[in-house]
Amino acid sequence: MTLRKLKNIKSEYDVVVIGAGLGGLTAANMIARRGHSVLLLEQHTVLGGLAAYFRRKKHIFDVALHGFPVGMIKTCRKYWNSDISSRIVKLKGIRFDNPQFQLETDYSKDDFVRILTEKFGIPHSTVTDFFEHTRNMNFYDGDKRTTRELFEQFFPKRDDVWRLLMEPITYANGSTLEDPAISYGIVFSNFMSKGVYTFTGGTDLIIKMMEEELAKNSVDVRAKVLVEKVTTENGKVSGVIANGEKIKCKSVFSNANLQSTILDMIDKKDIPQSFREQTKKMRINNSSAQVYIGIKASEKLDYIGDLLFTSTAEKFSEKAMLSKSVTSRTFSVYYPSFRPGHNRHTIVSSSNADYKDWANLSDEQYKTDKEHLAEDTLDKLEKYIPGVRNKIDHLEVATPKTFERFTRHVGGSSFGTKFEGLDVATALPKHLPGLFFAGSVGIIMSGWLGAANYGVIVSNEVDKYLRSLDDQP
Amino acid sequence: MDKSQLREAVIDIIKSIAPDEDLNGIDGEKPLREQIDLDSMDFLDIVMELRVRYKVDVPEQDYPALNTLQGTVDYLHPKMGNV
Repeated sequence: MTLRKLKNIKSEYDVVVIGAGLGGLTAANMIARRGHSVLLLEQHTVLGGLAAYFRRKKHIFDVALHGFPVGMIKTCRKYWNSDISSRIVKLKGIRFDNPQFQLETDYSKDDFVRILTEKFGIPHSTVTDFFEHTRNMNFYDGDKRTTRELFEQFFPKRDDVWRLLMEPITYANGSTLEDPAISYGIVFSNFMSKGVYTFTGGTDLIIKMMEEELAKNSVDVRAKVLVEKVTTENGKVSGVIANGEKIKCKSVFSNANLQSTILDMIDKKDIPQSFREQTKKMRINNSSAQVYIGIKASEKLDYIGDLLFTSTAEKFSEKAMLSKSVTSRTFSVYYPSFRPGHNRHTIVSSSNADYKDWANLSDEQYKTDKEHLAEDTLDKLEKYIPGVRNKIDHLEVATPKTFERFTRHVGGSSFGTKFEGLDVATALPKHLPGLFFAGSVGIIMSGWLGAANYGVIVSNEVDKYLRSLDDQP
Repeated sequence: MDKSQLREAVIDIIKSIAPDEDLNGIDGEKPLREQIDLDSMDFLDIVMELRVRYKVDVPEQDYPALNTLQGTVDYLHPKMGNV
């Protein structure tokens, strides 16, 4: 990367925000609204982090806009503006298709109660108890049980029910049966209130509207700027070094990767060795592979659902879901009404992927494996869109390597860290006053809603910190 | 601020966070969450607004005191009586 000089910025800010993912964007907006000066720096050419989009030919592909919980409406209204929140609409059809069951749902609680009782024959009281239990799961309870134990309690030996309950959440946040039940319960309950929602106009529009709001609130934003170091003075944050330049600030809010923030950006002498060790031990979540499919302008697709959870595996197997030969594909289908005025169909296929399976291949093998994934995905899509190969004019694959390249996340992680990352992130300001972190950690702080809300929660800590500095003589 | 002014100040903050809720009939002794649609982020917003508007800090361990409207007023009174 060539280092560009940072033009027209102030010599000093109250806060520098590193990384313009949804957490960084929302925090920058909230901190600025509280009257502090903010500089937001993003290493990539565009803002959004994993809330990414890209243009190919006449298509616009959404990398991560597959559906978020209804809570996103309130979050956008409160922490952004009502123009943004008013564009959020409900997805109509979520489909499941695998050898164990085929069904269509709006993914609301009412509909899931109906499906679990009528289709799966689970007693009504068990279903309502399960919903009640997951809704009341509280992060502060310290419940150490796993999701597997939770399922065993409510639906023993029903791996079809487990599949219905787990597949969408594994897709949404990368969590598995062995992760803490709390990380399942919170995300499941968020979605299960009123269904799955999306943003009319696409990722490009929501990011553009957020940029406009940041400008209104006087946030300085610079892209293609890599923060190399967080500097300190008297044991507190004093600034950053970005693109080789020193910028003074009282506080740093990192929305970068948690490991690289602690291990690469901070000088060893500024934090205890034991905290560095704790950071190194933290497990990273899995990554994703995606296939982007553009439909020719001349083709019209029938409605086949908005989100399709498909798999040809006979039984639900988590190991299979994370392996390279995974048969499960989640198709997000974007109809012309999703991006008014654009009038194109696109399909994004996603599956979980392990970085190790893609990291050390020869160039030739990497290319072959990508082609294989694309062809295999089209084979699977053929069932839902007959003759699909003749209807497309663009086909492209992203692997964990691609996610690593664009987000600079360790291991191309698309869901941050496992549960223990939350403790590391929370402890960071205790070890280095003035340095705060909010990014995809602990599974629950992941996804659109988790990322934005986490940005707000930590921006509150930043505001508190800045006020405490003002109160000192 | 006396307690009735404090009550008004708190209601004013809740109004800004949940503009669609009718706050006229709030029973001060009953939990707020049972009467209006407030989630944990809304409670955080109330705490943030208290700090921005009145410079009063509510540490996390004191959040349960904000469960009811009356509880909130009683909790804030010694801290904000002079505001």
